[in-house]
Amino acid sequence: MKRMQNMLLVVAVIVLGVAPLWIVEAPSDEAGNQSAMFGGADDKARNLVSEIRPDYQPWFTPLVEPASSEIASMLFALQAALGAGFIGYYLGAARTRERLRNERKTAHESDTSGD
Amino acid sequence: MHIMEGFLPIEHAVGWTVAAAPFVAYGTWSIKKRVATHPEQRILLGVAAAFSFVLSALKLPSLTGSCSHPTGTGLGGLLFGPAAMAPIGAVVLLFQALLLAHGGLTTLGANVFSMAIVGPIVAYAVFCSARRVNAAMAVAVFLAAALGDLATYVTTAAQLAWAFPDASGGFSASFVKFSGVFALTQIPLAISEGLLTVLIFNALTRFNPDELRALHPSDNAKVRP
Repeated sequence: MKRMQNMLLVVAVIVLGVAPLWIVEAPSDEAGNQSAMFGGADDKARNLVSEIRPDYQPWFTPLVEPASSEIASMLFALQAALGAGFIGYYLGAARTRERLRNERKTAHESDTSGD
Repeated sequence: MHIMEGFLPIEHAVGWTVAAAPFVAYGTWSIKKRVATHPEQRILLGVAAAFSFVLSALKLPSLTGSCSHPTGTGLGGLLFGPAAMAPIGAVVLLFQALLLAHGGLTTLGANVFSMAIVGPIVAYAVFCSARRVNAAMAVAVFLAAALGDLATYVTTAAQLAWAFPDASGGFSASFVKFSGVFALTQIPLAISEGLLTVLIFNALTRFNPDELRALHPSDNAKVRP
């Protein structure tokens, strides 16, 4: 029951993540050239700021910027890996603990029934 | 949802930092106290923090044709109450601001306010209300995480609209524009975050039922599905 629910949840998340790639059509300009898709919402917000206040100049720049987009995606992957690694450790430890507890219980039961 | 480095006027940047600081300080104190009195809850805190690390690293495509990412702060919010997530979210944001040039130091206060304060508060409030009207556990967790996520992005849109009001329409016109970028993009991602939070919550109810019961004593009879 819970297993079924978990499977359905995973499937739904994957569908939600993949569906936009098919559904959304790339916006095209007057010449019919398709523009870039699936950029960051943060960048869109930045463009919107310069649309509303064309004279606005950011007054501070990041101290360190990833040297390239490859390095940036490596760091994002590292961030996800740290989190996922911990959750994986937790799940493994919790499962083992549950199994040992069950084994101890059955061992105890067979002990007492043997007397 | 991160406001980029330097993209808030200086008085807004300072204002949001001052506004967020007491929450982070109180949250740090509350976590210390919690760990001292309930050391067994450390593992749940770790899971909540790790969950936020994973989710805020995942940039997902959305139906508006742009990418954004979930926050993962709803889980900790509904488990521990809103205070605990302020410092945890701040750590995630600091990591991204320093190493990834994603968000920024000057906008850290504003970003902490939306992602690590407003999001968890909304998640906690939704969770408690949903349980009070006897919604099923999975439904309550889903709604709390999804709406907390959405509230974060609405807050970001409001922060930017406040700093950059539209020349003719003022705050509200600007808010509609920024919401179009952030909140609309976020709707499918908020649903994803809700579903993923139910997934991890299922694991917690199976493996740590006692700790969960201790967190929500009033929900005692209902925690076990």
